[in-house]
Amino acid sequence: MPEPDGLDRPYWEGARAGLLRVQRCRGCREFQWGPEWICHRCLGAALDWVEVAPRGRIYSWERAWHPVHPALKNHGPYIVVLVELPEAGGVRMIGNLLGDPTQPVPIGAPVEAVFEPHDEATPPFTLVQWRRIAP
Amino acid sequence: MRGARSIRGRVAVVGVGETTYYKHGRAPQPEFALALQAIRRACDDAGLDPRQVDGFASYSNDRNDPSRLAAALGLPELRFSNMQWGGGGRGGSAAVGNAAAAVAAGYADCVVVFRALAQGQFQRFGAAPPGGAVSGEAALTFPYGLISPAQRFAMRVMRFMHDHRVRPEAQRAIALASYHHAQANPRAVMYGRPLTPEAYDASRFIVEPFRLFDCCMENDGAAALVLVSAERARDLRRPPAYLLGVAQGSEYRNAARGHNAPTYASASFTTVAPHLWETAGLGPKDVHVVQSYENFTGGVLMSLVEHGFFAPEEANDFLTPENLIAPGGRLPLNTSGGNLAECYMHGLELQIEAVRQLRGESTSQVPGARVGLVISGPMVTPVSSMLLGSGDAL
Repeated sequence: MPEPDGLDRPYWEGARAGLLRVQRCRGCREFQWGPEWICHRCLGAALDWVEVAPRGRIYSWERAWHPVHPALKNHGPYIVVLVELPEAGGVRMIGNLLGDPTQPVPIGAPVEAVFEPHDEATPPFTLVQWRRIAP
Repeated sequence: MRGARSIRGRVAVVGVGETTYYKHGRAPQPEFALALQAIRRACDDAGLDPRQVDGFASYSNDRNDPSRLAAALGLPELRFSNMQWGGGGRGGSAAVGNAAAAVAAGYADCVVVFRALAQGQFQRFGAAPPGGAVSGEAALTFPYGLISPAQRFAMRVMRFMHDHRVRPEAQRAIALASYHHAQANPRAVMYGRPLTPEAYDASRFIVEPFRLFDCCMENDGAAALVLVSAERARDLRRPPAYLLGVAQGSEYRNAARGHNAPTYASASFTTVAPHLWETAGLGPKDVHVVQSYENFTGGVLMSLVEHGFFAPEEANDFLTPENLIAPGGRLPLNTSGGNLAECYMHGLELQIEAVRQLRGESTSQVPGARVGLVISGPMVTPVSSMLLGSGDAL
């Protein structure tokens, strides 16, 4: 799962340990996600991986019905959310919204991360999913 | 911007050609043979011997190599070949712009823009690629079922519709307009298969907010356009369709990974469209007919907003079937049936329809159309758009 060139390895290692990590520029303190080799704001190359609060709010969403991959046949529908992390400079993360796949999905609703281990995979990995929490 | 650094009026489309359009996987010939047929028909239309072609431009990683085309067609020499980066239909207008730039700069004299697709021979776009493990950007999206083009772009449209309270009927009007126009067009794959509002509303969701009829078809076929200088165009047999402007690109950090584009709820024309109008010296009020690439109807909606035809808050009022249908609508849209109902020729059928409108030969003709806009590949950056005009528009 991690990118062979190593760019996003700290993210995946963090997820295995139940930590949500994004990049942060050591020079200008900008948060950055997805990962890149330099800071988009100051172009500095010194990027740290920092743990951020596993909380956010729904920025956008979609409900997928049509199975586009054989592995998804008879698994629909499912909800994909784009989650904005106000405590990490507003970067956005993609995940599934857990719970009833037919539930209404309000943009702006608060959510928290759920670490979903896939121990049987080779190599094992953990996905970061989301569930709604009380405002 | 205009003047020496504008393409306006310097190059013209003088011939267009296409194969029969087929349902995907149904083409009776291989893709390369389809490409040759479309190119030959475009040259015939222009009244040019194919051996006068000296350049090729395409997009979307077209598989039909320009050197093989040149060899097959017996070209005395090949002077220009160009591939616009990126998949999808985003490069349709950019490829025309690249070809025109080559003619204007003197790199070549007669450049063909083409696109060919035979998906029985190759993989479909709407299906996930085979294989298991993924990495990079795909690792941020695929595990969550964010795989196909519809899934990749639905959240941009969802956010736009939320921000501006756009109702589903706005998307529906775009689908109905394409299907309406296809009923007049015998070339259209959906000719004889009209779409009613009730059938649209009853259709299944592919991925919310897109229903089945919000999504483009996938088809087999080929299309081609021939471009020469404006001076040479005036001596050829068909009325020239002059390129008035073309622009391509995307906004600030549009492709920030993992859906982190700052301007997210966008078709990605917010910077491109102003350049198009500036280079052409025109504005939306000057346009008589629009061909706007439908990967998904929501992409058309945002494209029209970003090209300045209406404000986002006006979308519900503007996007009605009556406003979008030729000949009498305020803004006749996708008058051949477009990607939804004529053919998903990766959008190049839209450039051909724009030429037909200026010649007065469309099956859904807009009376007196002198300026046509073509918008290519919303949301799939770098995007591109172009303006064509008849001689009266110069």
